[in-house]
Amino acid sequence: MASETTQVEPKPVETITVKVNGVSVEVPKTTPDWQGNPVPTTILQACQQASKEIPHYCYHPKLPVAGNCRMCLVEVGMPAMGRDRKPVLNEDGTPVIQKGVLPYDPSLPRGAIACATPVAPNMEIYTDSDNTKMMREAVLESLLINHPLDCPICDQAGECKLQEYSVEHGQATSRFVETKVSKPKQVDLGPRIMLDDERCILCTRCIRFSRDVAGDDALGIVNRGSYNTIAAYPGERFDNNYTLNTVDLCPVGALTSKDFRFQMRVWFMKETKSLCTSCATGCNITVGSRENKVYRYEPRDNDAVNASWMCDHGRLNYKWAQREDRLKDCLIRDEKGTQKVTWATLSKALIERLNQAEKGSVAIIASARATVEELFLIKQLADHFQAITDCVARQGEADRLLVQADKNPNSQGATALGLCFSEMGIQIPSIEQGIASGKIKTLLCLGEDATKAGLDVSLLKQLECLVASDILPNPTVEVAHFVLPSCSHLEKRGSFINGKGRIQKFMQAVQPSGDARADWEWLRELVVGLTGKPIADTLPGVFNQCSQQYEALSGITWQDIGDLGVETKI
Amino acid sequence: MIIKRTPLNWLERLYIPSLINGFKVTLSHFFGKKVTMQYPEEKWTVPEGYRGAPYLVQDSKDRTKCVSCQLCEFVCPPKAIRITPPGPEVNLERGNIEKEPAEFEINMLRCIFCGYCQEVCPEEAIFLQEDYSLTGQSREEMIYDKKKLLELGGVRDSKVKKWDKKAADAAAQSAH
Repeated sequence: MASETTQVEPKPVETITVKVNGVSVEVPKTTPDWQGNPVPTTILQACQQASKEIPHYCYHPKLPVAGNCRMCLVEVGMPAMGRDRKPVLNEDGTPVIQKGVLPYDPSLPRGAIACATPVAPNMEIYTDSDNTKMMREAVLESLLINHPLDCPICDQAGECKLQEYSVEHGQATSRFVETKVSKPKQVDLGPRIMLDDERCILCTRCIRFSRDVAGDDALGIVNRGSYNTIAAYPGERFDNNYTLNTVDLCPVGALTSKDFRFQMRVWFMKETKSLCTSCATGCNITVGSRENKVYRYEPRDNDAVNASWMCDHGRLNYKWAQREDRLKDCLIRDEKGTQKVTWATLSKALIERLNQAEKGSVAIIASARATVEELFLIKQLADHFQAITDCVARQGEADRLLVQADKNPNSQGATALGLCFSEMGIQIPSIEQGIASGKIKTLLCLGEDATKAGLDVSLLKQLECLVASDILPNPTVEVAHFVLPSCSHLEKRGSFINGKGRIQKFMQAVQPSGDARADWEWLRELVVGLTGKPIADTLPGVFNQCSQQYEALSGITWQDIGDLGVETKI
Repeated sequence: MIIKRTPLNWLERLYIPSLINGFKVTLSHFFGKKVTMQYPEEKWTVPEGYRGAPYLVQDSKDRTKCVSCQLCEFVCPPKAIRITPPGPEVNLERGNIEKEPAEFEINMLRCIFCGYCQEVCPEEAIFLQEDYSLTGQSREEMIYDKKKLLELGGVRDSKVKKWDKKAADAAAQSAH
């Protein structure tokens, strides 16, 4: 029978046993490096497995190891070897461990940098020993010698590793009485990056990121010794689409984002798990907001989507949601003029009006920027009216790292729910002809500008009923009979299916402005009012109802999506 | 317990000795040192270390000492302080002190004069000073802005001139 078996047994993972603070830990012999290639497991990774944090600056799991900050120095002990190259044993049969001593004795093992030293069998690691503490204190003292200590004006204060480690592992006072080396401040590295060289601790994370991840070898270290300075290549600007990641990577406040510089202290910020909507990649982000104002996006780790990065374009693409001219009022426009009404009045009037619409005389232009839940509800409307539907495609340029050519965050969702075909926008000409011939009398433009899709304003005026919902004013809204102010993704919850078919959800960061209301709420009112179908009255409920009806989402509940999303069957 | 009330005798019933005694006390104060003052025209001087209203101070070079670190805003128990940070524009006038609040407001109706702002300030830019009675015609008037706080706060230099020292060090090194 055994010979019949075709399944290959997974190779047993080779392990090494080490002791962390006296506790035996079995770690795999190799661990994936920043590119995913197996490399020997390091002390730092072994300690992570043993839940012992090792302070570090230059080490980053997604970057090549440099080992230059020395912050992760730990005391290690190795089994002593006899002249016969066999371990020397104690009387009880345990191996004799040679520990390092300070000051160093050349014949004994020394403190080792945890980020770059592979573990060896029977190695002992002491993360809390006096020698380790002394080494950490000394490294921090050295790093702080030329540090300006201008935390009150530094944007990194509050999320600064130098602050954190100084409190945790540093000394209370400085012994340095000489003059600190002064370096350039407010160095304009590129269009989005300002550098403060005095704060830099020369960990070279930014250099390695630019060279190895972003593929733009723009940064380097110039000058010697104490005058070491990060700089862009002479005459060059640090300007690629991933520069702002270096601000996140910088463990201190040396690299600052010009967009976020001196805008708000980080400890005031409410952090909300969200998604970037600038393209179909769906990078996981954390939205930093305070008192209903969004201050920044930061990438959130998700190895299945964006690792730890996001592009500058997506990161800075948040200000539109806070524009002053946002649609804030529910409007009904008829022969008598434009009236500002409440949601209750609008819903009632809209349901009455749509009830008069004949089946087959309705077209819906949905948006591939709408969430899965919203598209599901729109699909219910479309089925009810036997409407012709489509979405508006947005194409741009892709790059080799994160950016995709499809600039809609939920194209896959719109296709999966049957609101558009694989070629998005293919139905728009039919809608156009339908309106022109008078066959289509009602058009619902939900989250899109019909004029951008190619429908002329004069054509839109021929419609008996034009319903438009959007966030920002546009030509369609100006002629619509019903205007519904809707919410950006920052003001509601929902889920998107990204270009690779992964469903991910985002949470509400701020409150909507004016009368704007989360789209799924009023869409649900419309669906219930028009079709009488039972629709759940919570967002997770709507999603679960949706996932039960579509093969691509079957078996996925709102809970299952979690913070990092799950693969769908697309 | 029942208190027994003894009836007044005839001398006491006359009331004259009591009146005389009363007038003695009044007259002794009339000619003695005066202890009342004509508030609010006259005000008492507060003792040193008194915790009155917090105001912003300037250094001897007329620079706003506040660098908009927002620690006082963070620590303020009644949330009376609101700071608007300056944003990314480089202000060359400030020299090496890159940051200064664009706006600094203290709502004196909320302020409880606790002194946490003074205690937390890393730049010694805010001090609880001697004003203890603040009045205004409206709520808006009681929100003191940066200009008003600086005017009321005046100049208070500190012994450690860290920014000047930094600037001097930088200048000395660039001269080499």
